[in-house]
Amino acid sequence: MEQAELYQKISDRLGDLAKFAPMKEDKSISQLMEEKGISRRDFMKWAGGMTAMLSLPSSFTPLMAKAAELTDRLPVVWLHMAECTGCSESLLRTDAPGIDSLIFDYISLEYHETIMSAAGWQAEHNLESAIEKYKGKFILMVEGGIPDGSSDFYLTVGPHGKTGRKHAQDAANAAAAIFAIGTCSSFGGVQAAYPNPTNAQSLSKVTGKPVINVPGCPPSEKNIVGNVLHYILFGTLPALDVFNRPKWAYGLRIHDLCERRGHFDAGEFVQEFGDEGAKQGYCLYKVGCKGPYTFNNCSRERFNQHTSWPVQAGHGCIGCSEPDFWDAMGPFEEPLGSKLYQTVYGEGADMTADKVGVAVLSATAVGIAAHAAIAAVKGAPKTEE
Amino acid sequence: MSKRIVVDPITRIEGHLRVEVIVDDNNVVTEAYSSATLWRGLENILKGRDPRDAGFFTQRICGVCTYSHYKAGIMAVEDALGIEPPLNAKLTRTLMNTALFMHDHPVHFYHLHGLDWVDVVSALSADPAKASKDAFKYTETPMYTGEDHLKAVQKRVAEFVKKGHLGPFANAYWGHPTYKLTPEQNLIAVSHYLEGLKIQRTAAQMMAIFGAKQPHPQSLTVGGVTCIMDLQSPARLGEYLVKFQEVKAFIDNCYYPDVVMAGGMYAGEPSVNAGLGTANLFTYKEFPLNASEYMFDSGLMMAEDVINLVSGKEFKIHDLDESKITEEATHAWYQNDEALHPYDGKTNPNYTGFKDAETINDKGELAHSKVIKENEKYTWIKAPRYDGKPLQVGPLANIVINYARGNQRVVKVVNQFLKDTGLPITAVASTLGRTACRMLEAKVVADNALEAFNALIENLKVDDSTFTSYKIDKNKEYKGRYMGNVPRGVLSHWVRVKNGVIENYQAVVPSTWNASPKDANGVRGPYEESLIGLPIANLAQPLEIIRVIHSFDPCIACAVHVMDTKGNEMGSYKIDPNGASC
Repeated sequence: MEQAELYQKISDRLGDLAKFAPMKEDKSISQLMEEKGISRRDFMKWAGGMTAMLSLPSSFTPLMAKAAELTDRLPVVWLHMAECTGCSESLLRTDAPGIDSLIFDYISLEYHETIMSAAGWQAEHNLESAIEKYKGKFILMVEGGIPDGSSDFYLTVGPHGKTGRKHAQDAANAAAAIFAIGTCSSFGGVQAAYPNPTNAQSLSKVTGKPVINVPGCPPSEKNIVGNVLHYILFGTLPALDVFNRPKWAYGLRIHDLCERRGHFDAGEFVQEFGDEGAKQGYCLYKVGCKGPYTFNNCSRERFNQHTSWPVQAGHGCIGCSEPDFWDAMGPFEEPLGSKLYQTVYGEGADMTADKVGVAVLSATAVGIAAHAAIAAVKGAPKTEE
Repeated sequence: MSKRIVVDPITRIEGHLRVEVIVDDNNVVTEAYSSATLWRGLENILKGRDPRDAGFFTQRICGVCTYSHYKAGIMAVEDALGIEPPLNAKLTRTLMNTALFMHDHPVHFYHLHGLDWVDVVSALSADPAKASKDAFKYTETPMYTGEDHLKAVQKRVAEFVKKGHLGPFANAYWGHPTYKLTPEQNLIAVSHYLEGLKIQRTAAQMMAIFGAKQPHPQSLTVGGVTCIMDLQSPARLGEYLVKFQEVKAFIDNCYYPDVVMAGGMYAGEPSVNAGLGTANLFTYKEFPLNASEYMFDSGLMMAEDVINLVSGKEFKIHDLDESKITEEATHAWYQNDEALHPYDGKTNPNYTGFKDAETINDKGELAHSKVIKENEKYTWIKAPRYDGKPLQVGPLANIVINYARGNQRVVKVVNQFLKDTGLPITAVASTLGRTACRMLEAKVVADNALEAFNALIENLKVDDSTFTSYKIDKNKEYKGRYMGNVPRGVLSHWVRVKNGVIENYQAVVPSTWNASPKDANGVRGPYEESLIGLPIANLAQPLEIIRVIHSFDPCIACAVHVMDTKGNEMGSYKIDPNGASC
């Protein structure tokens, strides 16, 4: 798509979105920021940064700002399936008093079991009324893998003992857009590792809907927030790779922008944790770093307000945003060469390395086809009032 | 006629938990059931994997106590392989554990448990000037309670409420008769709720300085830690110290006085001044501060010992005899009911589901619902027992046992708290006591953790090793364990290694003890026992139940057990009483 055409498309989209009634009528996010002492100039700087992060031309910055201002149009329903709550915790780490957190303060979080006051019948009531009231308009975010098929009883929620699978399906049927937050929801996750005792499956498999995957164990807060903004901008799915991951976040390998890349190129490796190479910050490939096989922006964005990331802390990447990484990437502290155990790909390392390599190579071609198919099914949400 | 109430989901916890109670004509709880409604089977997934990977898998048991299971998985394997990590590594782990406790306990109090004690809507009618003065009643150095600050907080809440669109605060229990704080006190607490959201990010950064990220840090390895570059950087150490002081200030000047304030106001509220539940208490040593000393000690006190302690009589503190631990599944969704040592346990799933019933809904009317089959199986959590008896674990057990042992770090803080609140020591045996002990544990950690920091600095001057090298002999069999105290109580991981891979793995976690169902003799677990006798003011709004359960800080993804779908024995460990790794 030509840049001008894309710009026009996003502008139209935002125009349509602006016609929605705001959820909070007497205050816009810009007013809110003013109260917080965040100037328009700071805000535009932030919008510029976000624009760059989403790999958009800088001329799109005003659209980004506009999109942030429109977040109050977005009710969000967040469901917990078979999970550890790490993704919710990651969300709570968004900057304060920065703009990211304001947005999350400002969007209407209609249902989220970890933070909501109501429990039991009251909680069920909140979920049902949100789905009913905002049918076709709310964003669904799901954390956790989902016990599927005849083992769906491994998760039930609510006074009617409804299965997690049914909860996910019902919410997905009424949602405007669906995000799988974290590797579990995106690909099944740790409970789906061999031998997958509960038949845990991904959200897309269980719902049969187009799902934007935001994997990571957990994904950084930036990637969670960035995807909401992306949805507001485009009104449809972002450009995705073969695994339905947004390319803006998952387009590059960890290895591509790694701070230790120079040592890799120079052939300087940590041979064992704690050795002289470790003290010098040498490359971690030989102690198992999976950065070369892993698509994510950790080396750029880091975690906890850029405090650190695994490679900085001297441990290799474990490939946590890749499908089946629990089986495909272990042992985590060895290069892919020395596998002793059964995986989904069969015995031994070479076969795994082949599969991973093939997947990487074919990603681009399949990605285009997948995106086209999803776009055709999904289309833009209805904006006519 | 008795009535039944179902609370599912219990929100503001980790995991999926259902609680059911039966109340009599006076709306007093006569029977209770705790039911975990999710099973994942992680320990089974570990079989056949590289033992060095164990910690990464077990870490994903829980993203809230995100460090506990990682450390436990790593240390269980170290114990099995006979590896002694260097002192630098041990102390770095203590600093990360410090960050976890200083994050987890305040977040629990304000963001998970807080809304059980604090009526957000009531804060609207507060006088900010008076609230600002009142804050000085509970500490000489209050924070975030200046009049202007409280005015701004009140305005923010008012705007939120005015729109009638409360989002996550919607349809809750505001105005409930068991909310006891004054509007001014509620306003102070709401201010700290909001500040707590910020401070928890700082506490998470403390973890990330040496841990790469939080949740799910990634710098521990079997044999030591990987963050040698961070340890060698004075700037990085300084960064930790600054953030530590920031979070400690919050604990000292917000968390501590807020619990003092709540303690005073709730002292007369019957629904929180009982509910000790299971009185058999168990804790385990944790927080190495230097080469030989721990911040907290181990111990086991049975009910009679606890009663003797609080009534000023002679009491005993026992050492744990691990051969007395059993687990059984009379009321859990597994096939084999008999009581077995966990390492001989059999765990075939046997899901028998719910039955139809009429229970009290959110309008106070009888409504159709699915309820557990109380005489059959009703949860994914097994019933662990010690010498046939249930045990309660967690901050209450840790503080009481360490107080009883005369651990001066604990005695000092507890005595000061009793003086500040005017409460007798018997007050500990309650829901309120459980919540207070969690704060006291955080306070003891914040008061003492710098000993480990200073010991690390001293040691780094003479020793830069962070990793002990080792080899795994594929022809040898290994077994070992971790046992320690994590934010929710005693955690142990047990591992057996054969042919160079994990042969068997077992985690016995705090919430398994606390959320246990009844056993074959009908003896209740701690959650269930703590609800008996609880008066409920309004059956449509069972806030009292939620408050009691939250006081345990449930972590249900942790609690739910191993599964072996093929019906094999899960293990045949022989317990080595000298095999403790920490």
